[in-house]
Amino acid sequence: MSGFMNWIEQRIPMMRVANMHAIQYPAPRNMNFWYVFGFLATIVLVNQIITGIWLTMNYVPTAEGAFASVEYIMREIDYGWIIRYMHSTGASAFFIVVYMHMFRGMIYGSYQKPRELLWVFGMFIYLALMAEAFMGYVLPWGQMSYWGAQVIVSLFGAIPVIGPDLVIWLQGDYVISGATLNRFFALHVIALPLVIVILVFLHIIALHEVGSNNPDGVAIKHKKGSLSESEKTPYKIHEYYTDKYDIADDVVPFFPHIVLKDLVAFCVFLAAFCYIMFFAPEMGGKFLEHPNFEIANPLKTPEHIFPVWYFTPFYAILKAVPDKLFGVLAMFGAIAALFAMPWIDRGRVRSWRYRCGLHKVNLLVFAVVFIFLGYLGGTPQENWKIIASQIATVLYFGFFVALFLYSKNENTKPVPARIPK
Amino acid sequence: MSDVSVDAKESAPEKGPGDNTRRRFLTVATSVVGAVGVAGAAVPFIASWNPSAKAKAAGADVEVDISGIEPGQLIRVMWRSKPVWIVRRTPEILEELKQHEANLKDPTSEAEQQPAFAKNYYRSLKEEYLVLVGICTHLGCSPTHLKNGAFEEIVEGVPDGFFCPCHGSKFDMAGRVFQNVPAPLNLVVPPYQYVDDTTMIIGSTAEEA
Amino acid sequence: MKKLLALMSLFVPLWASAAGSSVHLDEAPIDLTDKASLQRGAQIYMNYCSGCHSMKYQRYSRTFNDLGIPEELGEENLQFTGDKVTDYMKRAMPEEGAATWFGAAPPDLTLVARVRGGDWLYTYLRTFYVDKERPFGVNNKVFPDVGMPHVLQSLQGTPRETYEEVMVDGEQVKRYAGIQSDGDGALSPEEYDQAIGDLVNFLEYTGEPFRLQSEKIGKWVLVFILVLFVFVFLLKKDYWREVH
Repeated sequence: MSGFMNWIEQRIPMMRVANMHAIQYPAPRNMNFWYVFGFLATIVLVNQIITGIWLTMNYVPTAEGAFASVEYIMREIDYGWIIRYMHSTGASAFFIVVYMHMFRGMIYGSYQKPRELLWVFGMFIYLALMAEAFMGYVLPWGQMSYWGAQVIVSLFGAIPVIGPDLVIWLQGDYVISGATLNRFFALHVIALPLVIVILVFLHIIALHEVGSNNPDGVAIKHKKGSLSESEKTPYKIHEYYTDKYDIADDVVPFFPHIVLKDLVAFCVFLAAFCYIMFFAPEMGGKFLEHPNFEIANPLKTPEHIFPVWYFTPFYAILKAVPDKLFGVLAMFGAIAALFAMPWIDRGRVRSWRYRCGLHKVNLLVFAVVFIFLGYLGGTPQENWKIIASQIATVLYFGFFVALFLYSKNENTKPVPARIPK
Repeated sequence: MSDVSVDAKESAPEKGPGDNTRRRFLTVATSVVGAVGVAGAAVPFIASWNPSAKAKAAGADVEVDISGIEPGQLIRVMWRSKPVWIVRRTPEILEELKQHEANLKDPTSEAEQQPAFAKNYYRSLKEEYLVLVGICTHLGCSPTHLKNGAFEEIVEGVPDGFFCPCHGSKFDMAGRVFQNVPAPLNLVVPPYQYVDDTTMIIGSTAEEA
Repeated sequence: MKKLLALMSLFVPLWASAAGSSVHLDEAPIDLTDKASLQRGAQIYMNYCSGCHSMKYQRYSRTFNDLGIPEELGEENLQFTGDKVTDYMKRAMPEEGAATWFGAAPPDLTLVARVRGGDWLYTYLRTFYVDKERPFGVNNKVFPDVGMPHVLQSLQGTPRETYEEVMVDGEQVKRYAGIQSDGDGALSPEEYDQAIGDLVNFLEYTGEPFRLQSEKIGKWVLVFILVLFVFVFLLKKDYWREVH
């Protein structure tokens, strides 16, 4: 057996890669629960791909057949409803874990030098994920699918000069139609998943090149020769890392330590996921919106239309600006600002544990504002909400402005050289 | 699993004594429970490949009115998306069945290609009506019905029969396969029963119902 | 911007109607385990609804099996269209006729409980009232100017709005106080409420026919996850004990 494994290993270095990236990868031992969401996101990605492939086996991507085919999957295929609910619950779960993952990066400064590209790849994944989710939501061809697509595609009409023609080109028709559905289907099942998988691959390669950050923002890799033998980790770490650096006694190997930690989190996550999937798949109309159980009708708009919950913060920003073009710009600006995090934050200290009090307040306010915007964008319009969403929008951008200003000469606490025991 | 424990030993640091029995037990237990979980999660995906409720509904029994079939005529009905032939055989055709037995692979229908009630000379419940699944036992083409002497060109001295255009398999008017053709077995007789003299049901036998 | 405004203006009447329909919704007595209730609901559905409304994603055979009705019995007593028992529950009325008679084809009801919610349906079916202005002579409290006649009037009797005089801030005001039947129907008000409860229960079932199966499987899955959690947690503890 080992002869056969060697034969393979000499031709394709599978064990070497597995050891380097999944077994003997040095991970800081102080990684807390905030560090499980990357693992969970990977699990959800796999779930979406597998259930998606299975749904494609019976889904009919035409305006005439799409809605009925979803009900066919739910009612006529053995356990088809489980597969469909795994996919629909998975979509929302994906955004929950990704938002947690992103906030983790923000509080511990995981986007700072040298992890700028890691963060940017992550943001590209987020962007691709939003496109993927949006197009996926159109596929059941219910009322919300149709009118949600109508509103989002109309946004491109705000672009000066080419806008109106661009909208028609995107739709492939004068309204959202079967042609739109077909191209969204192709992008949703082939193009974007491919892009996401490639980006995830790059994200992990970039992570393993620069190494994982941790809640203290302390480096675990030290200059070669700078640590005494007793300061080095006793665990077996791959030569790829030990040849270049001295790895401090602050790490554990990815397998089994981190994997087991992630698996504990996975069980908790799975319990919540399965509870929703088996007992409340609509999640009170948040994961599956009620009007979407009615087939798309181009002549009748539902009383209230909102995007699914994960888009509502940006939707609220869009609505807060009274001009269509500037609204769209503000919405895209809100995402662009996140992309620019590594350069907006001019601080040298990563973790909020060692940064100024203002930074902690700023981050918490940002989180609250983001959730509040989500609430505003996902509930029926009322007069007070217009003002509220305008204030929240200012606060959203205010986070980045304030960060840019105070991070230059920030009053920070001393960062320990090694991870505190 | 063995890999797990090997790696566990390798990566265990010198400091701190690991209780190995406990650790080995937990590793095995977690792996077993995890494997059960993976198997359980696979069930919906495997089960979803079964025929759907729609396919089953389409595969339900079919009622056929046979009062309008002329002597010698063949009618086709769909059952489970397959062509089923009902032929009203004339006395001449029935008589003819006895003449070419020596040329057949399985003249007495020993192979289980028919319900028990049709394991007889005419391979049918009533000798006048022949019911067959019209799919060649070779590679699934649907053979052609050649009648009133047209089959003589295929098999000398046999005026009626079925000829498969794909690979030249030949069957007589009881669906029995001739020798020296690629098809290995007689044509399949589906389960069927008579409701009355002019109505039959394809898909179930009298014993089942 | 103009386009968006045009789109918005489309919603205005709908918003107005939505605002007008802010009637308190009564809680529907949903119990999917109550087979007798579901059977009664199916019976009312087949007799009073299936003429005009389709249930085109649901098969007769599945309905009968899930509700514990023998297929032969169901075929004889609950199927009026001459379809096979394995067919979808199509409406009896032809599609074109439906659109001309009612202005719009009566909607498919397979998923209506998931669109509207059980409480809405339960209230809707109990708040028709006489309104001479409307083409069918009836209007509805939660769905103003609805295009549907009150097909259950023979059960409920002639429904009328009732008002009560109340003092609000020192002023006499007439306030809506519910629907009352003239008593010329086949059922008493309590019996009618129960019949509608059964019907809504049935519609809730057809919206998600696998609901009970889902919860049954779900319980076992959660128990399994708990077991897995215990082992994974202990193993993790074992490995991490020496780290901290």
